[in-house]
Amino acid sequence: MASLDDLKKRIASVKSTQKITKAMKMVAAAKLRRAQENAEKGRPYSEKMNNVILNLSNGISDKDNAPKLLSGTGKDNTHLCVVMTSDRGLCGGFNSNIIKKAKNYFAELEKDGKVLKIITVGSKGNDQLKRVYGDRIIANISFKESKNANYFDAEKVGKMVIEKFDSEEFDVCTIFYNQFKNVITQIPQAQQIIPLNTDNSKENESDDNYEFEPDEDEILSNLLPKNISTQIFKAMLENSASEQGSRMSAMDNATRNAGEMVDKLTIEYNRSRQAAITKELIEIISGAESL
Amino acid sequence: MSEEFKIEIVNPEKSFLTKDDVLEVIIPAFEGEMGILKDHISIISFLKPGILKILSKSGDESFYVEDGIVEFKNNNLSILTSTIYKVTDLDKSKQQDLLKLAEEESNKKDINDQSRYLIDQKIDVLKSLN
Repeated sequence: MASLDDLKKRIASVKSTQKITKAMKMVAAAKLRRAQENAEKGRPYSEKMNNVILNLSNGISDKDNAPKLLSGTGKDNTHLCVVMTSDRGLCGGFNSNIIKKAKNYFAELEKDGKVLKIITVGSKGNDQLKRVYGDRIIANISFKESKNANYFDAEKVGKMVIEKFDSEEFDVCTIFYNQFKNVITQIPQAQQIIPLNTDNSKENESDDNYEFEPDEDEILSNLLPKNISTQIFKAMLENSASEQGSRMSAMDNATRNAGEMVDKLTIEYNRSRQAAITKELIEIISGAESL
Repeated sequence: MSEEFKIEIVNPEKSFLTKDDVLEVIIPAFEGEMGILKDHISIISFLKPGILKILSKSGDESFYVEDGIVEFKNNNLSILTSTIYKVTDLDKSKQQDLLKLAEEESNKKDINDQSRYLIDQKIDVLKSLN
């Protein structure tokens, strides 16, 4: 059995760990509220953008001449995957969930003989992917300096993707991120952004005849690059809310586990203290008896 | 019958402004300024840098926008823009900053005619604000 001193030290160390996890939980909770607000505020923009694009693509008469960002290059040989993770750890399964989803997808692509290119956003994803897919990562972007997800950063990623598309480095682009459902649940998502998925347009097809100024093609070719940035920005917002939520529940668990451990150690400590006292008493009594 | 309609301006970070007593909006559309009144036909267009004027019952407001998309449908005007400032909030130093950025960009060589046109517009508008 460990000595009394050792137990005392362990209890103290677990208690201080508990204090840290508790503080991290509170910080995450405060940040979560802000991130969630931001995610909600950002939603109207991306929804409106989507609506406009759906209306536009319905209005387009000549599908074959539609901008490449909408209709694709006609091939799907090279896939670009943008994997969005966090820059900081200690957030439960947040990063590994995205990575797992992405890895499954990668495995499938490679089985089908497609060429794979990866851009990682956030350093944690890069750390986890570079061991297996190191030679396929073409860029790693990290926004450690910026505190909150902002549109400026998203635009940087978006521009990079579009540049690579224009120089025909890939045919299909998919982004991976965690969608925020609630504090406990975040759903890893794979969303294809190039070519744009317009399959769900049938349900809210409006027969509104829009007037376009200038014509549809020109508007679309201006709008689609913006939409890419917007989708990436949306993913970043969802991701940051998910990260804080995931960290909060992870730290909550850690705090609870530390509490249980302190209880267990305290019982052990008291028991061995009692045993030591009993031992001493027996020694005194048996010593007195022998006289 | 009332002559008012709704306007909603959103930027990527939040819903920037909503109003439902708007009488007329003058937008700097890509192919020239455009005034929108109630019961305008459904239209989609996009913006060039310029001044967006909102005339409403509760007072008139002007905004400086750099880009964006306009959608008008069923008397709802939605404007999506990534850069928008209220003109009265735009002080001298901010103006200068924006102007400097635009001028830097216009000095680059490898830009196409369309973006050159947009940047020149931007510079003109910013200068006219002074």
